[in-house]
Amino acid sequence: MQFSAPLPLQSGASIAGYTLVYETYGTLNADHSNAVLVCHALNASHHVAGVYIEPDGSKNVGWWDNMVGPGKPLDTDQFFVIGVNNLGSCFGSTGPMHVNPATGRPYGVGFPVVTVEDWVHAQARLADALGIRQFAAVMGGSLGGMQAIAWSMLYPDRIRHCIAVASTPKLSAQNIAFNDVARQAILTDPDYHGGDYYAHGVVPRRGLRLARMVGHITYLSDDDMAEKFGRELRSGEYQFGYGVEFEIESYLRYQGDKFSEYFDANTYLLITKALDYFDPARKHGGDLTKALADTRAEFLLVSFTTDWRFAPERSREFVQALVNNKRRVTYAEIDAPHGHDAFLLEDPRYMGVIRSYFDKLRKQIESGELRPKAAA
Amino acid sequence: MNFRELSVLRADLAFIAHWVTEGVHVLDLGCGDGVMLDYLQSDKKCVGYGIEIDDDKIPACIERGVSVIQQDLEGGLAIFADNAFDTVLCLSALQMMKNVEGILRDIARVGREAIVSFPNFAYWPHRIALLRGRMPVSKSLPYEWYDTPNLRCATIKDFEELANEVGLEVLECVALDEDGKPVSFLPNWRGSLAVFRLRKK
Repeated sequence: MQFSAPLPLQSGASIAGYTLVYETYGTLNADHSNAVLVCHALNASHHVAGVYIEPDGSKNVGWWDNMVGPGKPLDTDQFFVIGVNNLGSCFGSTGPMHVNPATGRPYGVGFPVVTVEDWVHAQARLADALGIRQFAAVMGGSLGGMQAIAWSMLYPDRIRHCIAVASTPKLSAQNIAFNDVARQAILTDPDYHGGDYYAHGVVPRRGLRLARMVGHITYLSDDDMAEKFGRELRSGEYQFGYGVEFEIESYLRYQGDKFSEYFDANTYLLITKALDYFDPARKHGGDLTKALADTRAEFLLVSFTTDWRFAPERSREFVQALVNNKRRVTYAEIDAPHGHDAFLLEDPRYMGVIRSYFDKLRKQIESGELRPKAAA
Repeated sequence: MNFRELSVLRADLAFIAHWVTEGVHVLDLGCGDGVMLDYLQSDKKCVGYGIEIDDDKIPACIERGVSVIQQDLEGGLAIFADNAFDTVLCLSALQMMKNVEGILRDIARVGREAIVSFPNFAYWPHRIALLRGRMPVSKSLPYEWYDTPNLRCATIKDFEELANEVGLEVLECVALDEDGKPVSFLPNWRGSLAVFRLRKK
């Protein structure tokens, strides 16, 4: 969808005209009370569920296909689900690889830095255009969860339930440190060309690959890595060299290579900055309780015990701030071995919690409880 | 959920529910499937939170519309501010805890009033079992000695002492029989479940 009105951004800049690519699943009901917005994390897109068959015959499965679909925990037979690709991303919505109408050249590094809050404002405009005054729920994992949290603060009367999985109210110094290593890998790649690699017909592949490798380490738990790879050697013997020897090396390099083929380096830089900047308590002197004072939604938070990227402690801090405000909040702490990645994986306890939560919402929709109030 | 439904499901909880004032802010420690909070929310206009550790119980709480926070009570109640609740419930959960004294002190900190229940070890069939030289197994203590989740065995008299020590004044103590009915004659002999209504001193 095209938007011609400029979108003012947190940085003070604005984006003049932009496109947001989105997908919808299910049907919006008569009183518009069953809409659910699903927000994506770092490397995902509007393609939340279902399968495309690519021109080469390969299958492109939605990034949360195990969660969203007919009969799934977020049941598209009951809910009208929207997936939207965020600004600055590289899956169709306006991003650094697109032409800046002011210069006639790709934005590149000149693409304005966007924040989680900017994304939420853009999503709200999309909701307006689709005739959705209020979401039954806004949901996301990791960075997607931050968008759901931001929705609860920026549009308190447009979100009834906020569902944030494996998320955090702010990044730790350690999280920012990992992001900066990733950014430095890209920025120092000679093929980066100050962000203008499009003009040079190259891609800073080495930088992207390293960025993904370091990121990927933070998505897995120590236990999970030990279980999957241990100290397994590809050839069974030490080679006394610097080639790929351990299975974990092979895995990370494979992930890095794959990623560097489809992801845009400028987008990676932008999105890691959006992660680093997210800190809604900052303008309240660091007081998260105050930051949540105007929220009206009910909350569901889920964390995973082995997630050391956005650890359960971060979710508990958030629960505490909600409890201080006497907000309705449900918190599930799933004892899963898969680290941060667990939010994308199948786990019957996790899926059971989400399914039960949406079942409660379905009943609220049926009873008319979630009917949007008339616009103020 | 209405009172009749609660009485059928859990007679002991139905008795205890009488002690909860309408419209108060409640914390239910070890809330299980959320049946008590469901009743208190729908019939007595209370609001609040349940704490539960068991994965299997969380979806049931969610479906009942209970705000449940999954947490081990042994970790304490640090997420709650002093005097955050009018009433703290700790029903048939205390006996499973290692740090009983710690949780009672936390209950006294976060709540103005508390209601605590636990199996009365001095219930007469338990005494007889012990006289026969065997650990008691009954409706209120339905486990063998080797598989019981109950770490602490207390009697009505024992608990009064500890409650006082942690800063809780006993307002009322009732022993319930196995059908959830109060026992007035020889409660420490004839009651299988001890129920205390307490107030911060």
